[in-house]
Amino acid sequence: MHELSLCEGVLQLIEANAARSGFTRVRRVQLEIGELAGVDTEALRFSFDVVTRGTMADAASLAISPIPGQAWCMTCSNTVHVSRRVDPCPDCGSHQLQVNGGDDMVLKSLEVE
Amino acid sequence: MMCTVCGCSEGEQRIEGHDHTHHVHTHEGVAHYGKGPAHAHAPGMSQARMVEVETQILAKNDAYAAANRRWLMAHGVLALNLVSSPGSGKTTLLTRTITDLVGKNVAVIEGDQQTANDAERIRATGAKALQINTGRGCHLDGHMVGHAIDSLAPADDSILFVENVGNLVCPAAFDLGEHHKVAILSVTEGEDKPLKYPDLFAAADLMLLNKVDLLPYLEFDVATCIDNARRVNPTIDVIEVSATTGQGMDRWYAWIESARGAAREAA
Repeated sequence: MHELSLCEGVLQLIEANAARSGFTRVRRVQLEIGELAGVDTEALRFSFDVVTRGTMADAASLAISPIPGQAWCMTCSNTVHVSRRVDPCPDCGSHQLQVNGGDDMVLKSLEVE
Repeated sequence: MMCTVCGCSEGEQRIEGHDHTHHVHTHEGVAHYGKGPAHAHAPGMSQARMVEVETQILAKNDAYAAANRRWLMAHGVLALNLVSSPGSGKTTLLTRTITDLVGKNVAVIEGDQQTANDAERIRATGAKALQINTGRGCHLDGHMVGHAIDSLAPADDSILFVENVGNLVCPAAFDLGEHHKVAILSVTEGEDKPLKYPDLFAAADLMLLNKVDLLPYLEFDVATCIDNARRVNPTIDVIEVSATTGQGMDRWYAWIESARGAAREAA
């Protein structure tokens, strides 16, 4: 359940931005979560509701854009799409893969008033 | 109120030697913003606008981890973050390691939800140890470990072991500033654990396959297990050990020594 900690991180970023940009209410939160970031989006949604209760993001909608997982296949010498860490290279079936994208968790933007 | 870094409720998280209330658990403006005039806006009267943020969610943890890393580098301390499920034999492995590494300066940070039992087991070996109780928290984070390093003050050129909360999921995502994550898997668990919990094995540089003295009594296929680990992490090192009989422990100590050498070169 580290999704709870992630939502605390989101709230912290919201509060830092509120001070800077002078808003008092958040309507919508836009996140980008990589397929390989190890995040359960259902748990993230649940945690978000819990963590934001009574804050300026109370009842804000949460939009999560998945970012495709990406890895360098050492066998093909090519960048390929993988949606799970246990997946083989879709081209050659090798597991000689190094993840090089889609493992990030980013707060993209906020709709505020 | 929750700690903004670790997600643990205030008062549940304890770091030995620290009054836990030293944490600044402030969500400034929460009461004001949450229940303030914004609620009074009439429908249709809001002036919604977009704020671009574009920031990593774990930016704060990563900043604490980077500060820890700078401290460790400046003091020549090698830090290893030991991650595993509960009951893999982490603490037994550590006490044996400390006892065998005679003459080396070792310090230990112990992470558990509750009790100081593990830190006491480590201190019985004569090594410096400090317990962090995470309360409901499922992992250590850069913030907690930074405070623990402050309290523990590991000696220059020493080895710092951080025994994370027993959990094969959450510790993978949190950088503590360590040089390497070391995953410990015991042969009394399934050989498919690396496939079931790939993030943790992907984040580790070394897998210690522990309790190999029990292999004659188990149906555990070592080759399959190693193959599974390399499917999620092709470059992971694997050492088979038994902290009880001492089998393979020399290779583990040699791995630590080479990690120390690499850390010194990088500093």
